Amino acid sequence: MSYPGLTAETVTFQGHNGDKGEAYYARPTGNAKVGGVVVIMHMPGWDEWIIETTRKIAHHGYATISPHLYFREGTGSPDDLGARVRAAGGVPDDTVMGDVEACMKYLRAQPNSNGKVGVIGFCSGGRHTYLAGCRLSGIDALVDCWGGNVVVDDPKALNAKRPVAPIDLTEKMTAPLLGLFGNDDENPTADQVNRTEAVLKKLGKNYEFHRYDGAGHAFFNHSRAPAYRADQAADGWKKVFSFFKKHLG
Amino acid sequence: MCSYIVEKARLFGTAKGPGGEWMKVDTANVYYDHPYEAQLDHALCVDFICEAQGGRERVAIEISRESALELIEKIQAALASGDDAHGKAAEAKYSLAGSQAEVASLF
Repeated sequence: MSYPGLTAETVTFQGHNGDKGEAYYARPTGNAKVGGVVVIMHMPGWDEWIIETTRKIAHHGYATISPHLYFREGTGSPDDLGARVRAAGGVPDDTVMGDVEACMKYLRAQPNSNGKVGVIGFCSGGRHTYLAGCRLSGIDALVDCWGGNVVVDDPKALNAKRPVAPIDLTEKMTAPLLGLFGNDDENPTADQVNRTEAVLKKLGKNYEFHRYDGAGHAFFNHSRAPAYRADQAADGWKKVFSFFKKHLG
Repeated sequence: MCSYIVEKARLFGTAKGPGGEWMKVDTANVYYDHPYEAQLDHALCVDFICEAQGGRERVAIEISRESALELIEKIQAALASGDDAHGKAAEAKYSLAGSQAEVASLF
């Protein structure tokens, strides 16, 4: 493939409850109509790897936006904002869903949109992706990268911010789902991935799961040497782009 | 793990914070999870903050499990040897109330 030129910038989007926040938006240059992708950041924050990932997907031909889910914490470095959010118990699901929906709307409002929008998320963003697939309409493709807590074994993990286990909403999922998981991951465990797949299968959902030996959590993340697995990541990215090509054009 | 499990310790003291300035600290948020910066799969992380002042500044550490256990041991050893050196009489002088006043006077 040839890599298109791209334009990337920080933009303002109107998220949940009308709050205005920052998002990183990268898209191919030119006038071609392209599919859109919302990148849901991982729990550590809106960090350099997430920004790079947003550009990577744009390089593959998609208008890609990643909302800064911690923007309500104010200004500060990604790690400091992430620490504050962690100490506060995370961002409410309703807020994240509102922000993701707003970014989908943002993408479809752009003149380069072909009308298709996918959602991909990593770590907690993988869980958010699964949840978005069950709660939001108008998604054309879902990619859950090692989202933990889709299956909730400890009821104490449910609270006002995360009141429902996403697995319990699977019936409502309409978009095709790609799931990528490391077999050494602790959250989700291989068993939890199996149980998620069993529910998807039972309900007749359109999904494909890929599991990688020798990989744990966040194995795409080249900035974290203990987690990164080059071979598995390369194969995983191929599957992501093949999936997007099929469902987003 | 990527959990939201955080243990909170109530503290009284100071830490050298962002910009090299000393700041009061009243809370340590402690968690064992994937670190942000340290090249470790999991790390014992501590964020020293002052919730009374909004908690926006922090002094953070991310250390290995082994490091954390050694640190615990050395803190206990330092406290024990300090108690021996200073004697129980120091308890009155350096009681929490006394220390609070002393630290407060620094700011």
